[in-house]
Amino acid sequence: MKKGLRWILLIASIGSILIGVYREEVLTVLVKAINICLECVGIG
Amino acid sequence: MAKFKRKIVQVLTAIITNGYLPGFIKGDIYRGNLKRFCVPGLNCYSCPGALGSCPIGSLQAVIGSAKYQISFYVLGTIAFIGTLLGRFVCGWLCPFGLIQELLHKIPSKKVRISSKNPAKYSKYLILLVFVIILPMFVVNVLGMGDPFFCKYICPAGTLEAGIPLVIMNPSLRQAIGFIFSWKVFLLILTIIASVFIARPFCRFICPLGAIYGLFNPISLYKLEVSSEKCIKCNKCTKTCPISIETYKTPNSPECVRCGKCIGACPTQAICSSFGFKEKEERPKEIEIN
Repeated sequence: MKKGLRWILLIASIGSILIGVYREEVLTVLVKAINICLECVGIG
Repeated sequence: MAKFKRKIVQVLTAIITNGYLPGFIKGDIYRGNLKRFCVPGLNCYSCPGALGSCPIGSLQAVIGSAKYQISFYVLGTIAFIGTLLGRFVCGWLCPFGLIQELLHKIPSKKVRISSKNPAKYSKYLILLVFVIILPMFVVNVLGMGDPFFCKYICPAGTLEAGIPLVIMNPSLRQAIGFIFSWKVFLLILTIIASVFIARPFCRFICPLGAIYGLFNPISLYKLEVSSEKCIKCNKCTKTCPISIETYKTPNSPECVRCGKCIGACPTQAICSSFGFKEKEERPKEIEIN
């Protein structure tokens, strides 16, 4: 039961990552991360 | 020995994930391609040394963007790491977890809070409200939402990014105001609490720990208790910094996998394993006279 669930979760998570890459979400992550996050610093 | 090994892994992970030394010298951040990827633990991407992205910061950035409502990429990454390791990440790979543990070593009267204390649910509320709902629905005219958790709560961001950047960067120093003071106040509160309570941020606040915790019962990394060997002496609970009754719930969502219970068990009934297989328990033999 758990073994099957683990496989499903692993496959679903990899699929989800690939969908995110296809939707170019990675660019949003990159753009946010390479600029100083003023909210994180406590200014924004 | 196991305790020493874990500390080495924690320190090495903190150094590797924050290995951009020029950032600390120049008061700037790393702007390379590695930041496309999320690190497993809570580590602010605006820390001058950060080489990767914080999963919780990234999740809010995508949810709060005008283009997307949900992030398949970040949620997929967290789910993948969670399925493999669960909260092993918290105990072994999170720099902010390490900081709290070091603070807890400061000699003082320690306060033990039961793992059954309902305050543990506050991290799920924070995850839902500050990481998902507010960035998704409280948006500006362009349809963009703020990263509310980073902006109003995250003490890791204040410690790892806010303070170093403000010290080294005069223009940022001029811009600080009430929110910065509020976040410094929360950081001080977290530091003081960490001296007296084991990992208060991980247990009551951290939204990433909340997600990984949900994976603990099914992750490939797991704790197993042999019912044949266990004498229910409760030593595991007394040793556990989070007071988990390991012999009853070895894969509790609260367990950060520090492994102290494994070393404390007098009958070696607790062990950790990694893989798809569940340990098969042999039924106890019944003596018939």
